[in-house]
Amino acid sequence: MKKGLIVSLSIVGAIFLFIVIIVLWAISSYNNLVTLNESVNQSWSQVENQYQRRADLIPNLVNTVKGYANFERGVLTDVTNARASVGQLKVTKDVLDNPQAFQKFQAVQGQLSGALSRLLVTVENYPDLKANENFLELQAQLEGTENRIAVERRKFNETVQGYNTSIKRFPTFILATMFNFKDKQYFKATAGSETPPKVEF
Amino acid sequence: MKKFFLFIVFISASFSQSQFPSLKNYANDFTSTLSSEQLSFFNSKLQTFDDSTSNQLVLLMIPTLGDNSIEDYANETASKNKIGTKKNDNGILLLVVKDDHKVRIEVGYGLEGALPDALCSSIIRNVMIPNFRQNDYFTGIKDGIDAIILASKGEYKAVQKNKSDNNVHAIFSIIMIIFFIITFFIRGGGGSGLFFLGGLGGFGGGGGGFGDGGGFSGGGGSFGGGGASGSW
Repeated sequence: MKKGLIVSLSIVGAIFLFIVIIVLWAISSYNNLVTLNESVNQSWSQVENQYQRRADLIPNLVNTVKGYANFERGVLTDVTNARASVGQLKVTKDVLDNPQAFQKFQAVQGQLSGALSRLLVTVENYPDLKANENFLELQAQLEGTENRIAVERRKFNETVQGYNTSIKRFPTFILATMFNFKDKQYFKATAGSETPPKVEF
Repeated sequence: MKKFFLFIVFISASFSQSQFPSLKNYANDFTSTLSSEQLSFFNSKLQTFDDSTSNQLVLLMIPTLGDNSIEDYANETASKNKIGTKKNDNGILLLVVKDDHKVRIEVGYGLEGALPDALCSSIIRNVMIPNFRQNDYFTGIKDGIDAIILASKGEYKAVQKNKSDNNVHAIFSIIMIIFFIITFFIRGGGGSGLFFLGGLGGFGGGGGGFGDGGGFSGGGGSFGGGGASGSW
């Protein structure tokens, strides 16, 4: 009788210990996922900041360039239109979970990148404009912003990669499915945006 | 077999070439353009700048970028060497690519306010490049560094604690060296080869403190692509 009690007690104890270990693991693992998720959000907001900064520069740039006689209107219109569609783009937080929305974000921003680089190439034909200190400063700011976008995109991709890997790994992925941690989207090189535009004289 | 070995050596050589350099000094010239007096002039100037403001400005001259863009090269090199302090991200890398005729000022997150892109671009175009065109690299770099220091010196203040930390390191390593010398002599100078090697190992570990006094060591700063590039 007594022996039976000891055996059943130790079984209960072992089960209890097992549960405690599982719970402790789940807590630390869950907290880790939360941290990773937050760092993805944080680096995404850095990316958004830099895109916003670029959009804010454009009115100034367009105004400076517009003043130059017979500057190709088509190029300017492209920039203004692309800037407008970036402005209309509504980016919510779940853009990272939604492949279509993310692709759209990338496409619209890519269009603006393309229009801007065509503008900068066209400027090569206007020596006065190229020598204008005001324009040169704007150009430096624009180039700096494009570079910051590239850097923040790279950092964002690295963070997302870490997050995506950890939610897919066993055994963390059990927790990730339980608490609905979804795969995050990241930037892919799109056709046309990485190649420099052609110069036509 | 020998060919295979050579192949391996070749592969590893080309790999190490594509990597970004680890910088040991404030002024680094891999093009042999600056004389050693000019280099030590820059080293002491930039050391003083670091000591008085905690801003770390590092000069790097390389012959060519290879396949990298100057923006990538500067950002990766600056991030790898962790220029600037971790707290303020106040590092700057001045990169001069001599044969490609390109120059970039890469600015850490914490100095983007003091050194906006337009100002960096203006320093490059109006201060540095005119001298580079005349092949006067020393004056171009010196005036560029002066302009950068002028713009960024009010941003942060050096923390005195760092200084005494270095001293503690230095004192510690001196004690270590003395200790090893004494043990070396007490053992009759001979010692076993192994013991001697062990002593050397300890010396290397403690000697790190000396490096802080003379050369450059990164403080953990990070970079987000701020700054400007130019070419001549």
